[in-house]
Amino acid sequence: MVDVAMSGPRGPKPKKAFSTRNIMLYGTLILVSVYYLLPLYVMIVTSLKGMPEIRLGNVFSPPLEITTAAWTKAWSEACTGINCDGLSRGFWNSVQILIPSVVLSIAVASVNGYALSHWKFKGSELFFTILIIGAFIPYQTMLYPIVILLREIGLMGDLGGLVLVHTVFGMPILTLLFRNYFTSIPEELFKAARVDGARFWGIYFRIMLPMALPIFVVAMILQVTGIWNDFLFGVIYTKPDTYPMTVQLNNIVNSVQGVKEYNVNMAATLLTGLVPLVIYFASGKLFVRGIAAGAVKG
Amino acid sequence: MSDHVSEQSAPAKRPVQLFRNMSAKIASIPMILTALVVFVGGTTWTVVHSFTSSRLLPKLDFVGLDQYERLWSTPRWLISIENLAIYGLCSMILTLTIGFTLAALLDRKIRFENTFRTIFLYPFALSFVVTGLAWQWILNPDFGLQQVVRDWGWESFAFDPLNNSKIVIFGILIAGIWQGSGLIMCIMLAGLRGIDEDIWKAARVDGIGTVKTYLRVIIPMMRPVFITSLVLIASGIIKLYDLVVAQTNGGPGISSEVPAKYVIEYMFRAQNLAQGFAASTMMLVSVVVILIPWAYLEFGGRKRG
Repeated sequence: MVDVAMSGPRGPKPKKAFSTRNIMLYGTLILVSVYYLLPLYVMIVTSLKGMPEIRLGNVFSPPLEITTAAWTKAWSEACTGINCDGLSRGFWNSVQILIPSVVLSIAVASVNGYALSHWKFKGSELFFTILIIGAFIPYQTMLYPIVILLREIGLMGDLGGLVLVHTVFGMPILTLLFRNYFTSIPEELFKAARVDGARFWGIYFRIMLPMALPIFVVAMILQVTGIWNDFLFGVIYTKPDTYPMTVQLNNIVNSVQGVKEYNVNMAATLLTGLVPLVIYFASGKLFVRGIAAGAVKG
Repeated sequence: MSDHVSEQSAPAKRPVQLFRNMSAKIASIPMILTALVVFVGGTTWTVVHSFTSSRLLPKLDFVGLDQYERLWSTPRWLISIENLAIYGLCSMILTLTIGFTLAALLDRKIRFENTFRTIFLYPFALSFVVTGLAWQWILNPDFGLQQVVRDWGWESFAFDPLNNSKIVIFGILIAGIWQGSGLIMCIMLAGLRGIDEDIWKAARVDGIGTVKTYLRVIIPMMRPVFITSLVLIASGIIKLYDLVVAQTNGGPGISSEVPAKYVIEYMFRAQNLAQGFAASTMMLVSVVVILIPWAYLEFGGRKRG
């Protein structure tokens, strides 16, 4: 049965290492792990094989001859339509979308959250409630009005337009994140600064910002993975030349022309998944915190 | 402003005039614009235009419920709805079951907990496009899972969801669950960790078995966590789009179409705007139907803004 450990997951080891309970427990976990790891494994081995070896047939078998040709091709030669400069184009587009989107959305949302926590004004809670409810509205109902708005300000099809869209749709969850964090900062600190004569921006930059660095990291993880993985906004608000990586990837893999090169496809897929994966493995617990924050929205 | 700061009660500094607290109001302009113009304005605009006959360009010539009548007599929409219903129901049940079971297993004070959690959660970091393409390859009928099992000696084995319009939605379901269940596991695990150790002790003293304790005591206690998870899963289900586009692109034929895809194709490809608006309004309605009871459960008890 269960060991009585008062705190933390690392309780004392069960007495018998190979009890039925343990075999069942770890057996299930390992079996499930196989299901979760399988796609990653298959992607990696496929991308390292040559096409003849793939045609012979087994997606699970490790490559007999390891070749990185597929990776090179996916990065710099794969074709979408008439452009044959590979996924690198989409990668740089995504970088150009990502950086301003992350900076702008976090800057805007952190100031919003700050205003909502210590500088409430008449109606601020109402706007916040609308914002949070808005997070649940299907994007589809807002897609076309945004097309019109972007056209009006001349940013339709432009990377700048997509940056705005990401800022707008990142706002509910990020504002909530920052509002909750700033609310937890003691009121006394805020009041002391007020007494010392600090105003809205002074308190934000001198006190709140330095104290909120961890939450900024969480917000960054959330936004970088979210924006990098976006497909819908990319496909609607950009032109083929400025397609983000996910859209270009889909066009490369699902193009109907030419012979299917599964190894190139898988290399391209892995390349696109690499950025969020690196962030995931590097950030560890912070990633979990980010999604947990995303989970309690509303 | 004197120096007795600490004893002042919080709501004392609520401003009355328009120009008090001006910086905060200016700083909130992006939020106010987003809330009013994009969320309220955009949604209203779409709903209003769903009652028109707009095709290439939006225009305000109202035709009543025509678009909705057409929508509900279009096979493609009906298939989309059916797919979403199957996907939604299975995904809710399976994701909740898998998420909770994994969380419960990880909560049994096991070794390598972090490793297992990392493995279960990493798909969530990947995009739906990557997920869809990876599973498209694994489920490839000529080289994928089906062929491998046949090579192992089970000659008649047949599982080719991507070529078989009857089961294609389950092919998408496998990928969807792979991507999303880690998140629910994480939320459930956080919920389990929040349960008082004394509950377990009490259950042990009473001689209640582990499984029974979970079913009878722990799960009822975790009701809020389950509700949060359900809302998360549900809002993800309605958004289902990229995964289908990447994995099957609606095929074979139109057998794996989903509502979100219908909307986008009608708005941006078929240039039948109002039809797309009507479909997206239906999506909105379904969200409202889910959201209201939840908001009632969540906020009905305690007073919050």
